Amino acid sequence: MKVSLFIPCFIDQIYPHVGVSIVQVLERLGCDVDYPEGQTCCGQPAFNSGYWDEARAIAEHSLDVFAQSDVIVSASGSCGAMMKVFYPELFQNTTRHFDALKLAPKIYEFSDFLVNKLGARDVGARFDGTATFHDGCHGLRELGIESQPRELLKHVKGLTLIEMKEAKTCCGFGGAFAVKFPTISTAMDEVKCASLLETGADVVVSNDSSCLMQIAGMLQHQGTPKRCLHLAEILAQT
Amino acid sequence: MITFARNFKSAAARITRDLRHRGLIQRALHSYEVKRDEFKGRYQNWSEARQAASEIKWEAINHLDQYLQEFITKLEARGTHVHVAATAEQARDYILGVARENKVGTIIKSKSMTAEEIDLNEALEHAGCTVFESDLGEYIVQLRHEKPYHLVFPAMHLTRDEISDLFHKELGSEPTDSPEELTMIARRVMRQNYCRADMGISGANFAVAETGMISITENEGNARLTTALPKIHVALLGIEKIVPRLEDLALFLPMLATAGAGQPLTCYNSLFSGPRQPGEVDGPEQFHVVLLDNRRTELLADAEQRDALHCIRCGACLNVCPIFKNVGGHSYGTTYQGPIGSVITPHLRGLQNWKHLSAASSLCGACTETCPVGIDLHHHLLHNRRNAAREKPAWLEKILYGGLVFLLRRPGLYRIAGKLGVIFFPLHQLVNGTSLDPLHNWTRTREFPKPSRESFGDYWRKRKSTPEANRDQS
Repeated sequence: MKVSLFIPCFIDQIYPHVGVSIVQVLERLGCDVDYPEGQTCCGQPAFNSGYWDEARAIAEHSLDVFAQSDVIVSASGSCGAMMKVFYPELFQNTTRHFDALKLAPKIYEFSDFLVNKLGARDVGARFDGTATFHDGCHGLRELGIESQPRELLKHVKGLTLIEMKEAKTCCGFGGAFAVKFPTISTAMDEVKCASLLETGADVVVSNDSSCLMQIAGMLQHQGTPKRCLHLAEILAQT
Repeated sequence: MITFARNFKSAAARITRDLRHRGLIQRALHSYEVKRDEFKGRYQNWSEARQAASEIKWEAINHLDQYLQEFITKLEARGTHVHVAATAEQARDYILGVARENKVGTIIKSKSMTAEEIDLNEALEHAGCTVFESDLGEYIVQLRHEKPYHLVFPAMHLTRDEISDLFHKELGSEPTDSPEELTMIARRVMRQNYCRADMGISGANFAVAETGMISITENEGNARLTTALPKIHVALLGIEKIVPRLEDLALFLPMLATAGAGQPLTCYNSLFSGPRQPGEVDGPEQFHVVLLDNRRTELLADAEQRDALHCIRCGACLNVCPIFKNVGGHSYGTTYQGPIGSVITPHLRGLQNWKHLSAASSLCGACTETCPVGIDLHHHLLHNRRNAAREKPAWLEKILYGGLVFLLRRPGLYRIAGKLGVIFFPLHQLVNGTSLDPLHNWTRTREFPKPSRESFGDYWRKRKSTPEANRDQS
């Protein structure tokens, strides 16, 4: 299957190895992976801040970049939700509305793609240790991704999944919110980190690197560093 | 106007530092969640029940003119005085007028957030009346001269010890840590107040159009006494409380109790359809229903956010909101706290003054997921943000996003910007976390990750230029 990758800007710049891991997993499963060049950002920061004209201008660029793609796999649930759920609303009553509607069903979040499109559970990964999973809110509540990453983790040889109590509680990132309201964002992060530390798991896994940036940033700051890995990084290990 | 935002930020900062306070709220809400899930589990299908509730409210709100007319006609037929108040001031004036006309001195009140919305107690006290809250939680916050902390649990921020101290100071009772004893102390005071009161003021949970009845749901029996003992009963409610049919309550009463308080049904559920009728032995001599608009019709006119009027004030969205759980109810500075408050307050009290509440959200969507009547809460926060920015952009943000548009539509420039990030990162380390740090709001409590020397784009271009056979598999 021919698959186009969507690697959001912050993964491109800060966590490129997440993208590389996704390529490895998809190719292992026999996909023909393509990375449409020229992709930058989905426009979510402007959209979430209320600057929809600017968000539309950025999003239009993405509509163009992915116009030829049939299946698009997003490395982030949040940016995937932006394109899948919010583009149709953002482009309402504009000439590109149809393009946005056409793009939406082609977008898959990584774990959703593996489980529901490819029908894969066991991707041949091995990881010795315990892991706890953090649900990124956009993936969870905009895209309904809850069982897919857990299914995949359960089939990783050597890995034991320990659920944390606050798995589905927001980590407090929320894009610009994290810097506009740092005290609230930090308090939410504290709740999250306390809950994941309580599990004693070796690694924290999520399907959204932005959440992991928030979580890892605090764990490191408070002197309790822990490996924070994107789901793809676990699945890429053999 | 910036004051509201500043107050919110400083109150939020104060509570987020108060680990005891946050722990108290989070523990209380955790027990609620356990109970809520237990009783949700008793529904054959909770999500279908939600869907049905949402559709009934949709029907009511989208035909509000007809249902209100029906409700009013039925009520008036049984001798109820109905007053439609366009503004808070009109509602206050009407109730003050009734009080004055009947020489009311003492008023007993059951819980009503709508009364909080129009600052009714202050107005009545200013006119010389003595007002007693009869809901235990409301009574406690009244004694503390505070606003309700939560629209369903007004005193949830207080421990038993604090309540005991308060009663000791205000009522002269002996200190105790027994909840039963504390309730008895309040009850002894309250019983006197019911008998003394010339007027009882209540809110309403639902207004049934079909039969012209208001429905009040409660756990303490105080609303029954408030509405039955005094000679005058005034009920104040927002126009959105309408449900079309009596049978709709069969869905809404248990749903409100489950979503709001983690109960199968509240202990007391009463319907009121008019004053004492000829031949009846009890009930108030006068029954006044005050229907409050107070800019609800403006929300009604906004097709995008109209469903915010579906709200049954159960408070479920507050109970699951990670913002509420960490900043507490008083920080909002609004009558309605939490997600629903952040959505509707800009409509009720002005967008520019209250837009900060819509910004103060990570948009996690827990509220929307839990709302029993399916209000699209977190998306409405986005809509408020958009409306606020469109009406009055923050210039710094406008310039920032304008710059981003320029950058992000030009992949070459975007690549260069990425490289600049890598170059500047070591320089940033010199000021990391200090007040000179431009990323200070992040780095004060969180480390900022190091940008990668090689971006994914770089990796891909390199890979493409390497023949497939020679590719590094690691």
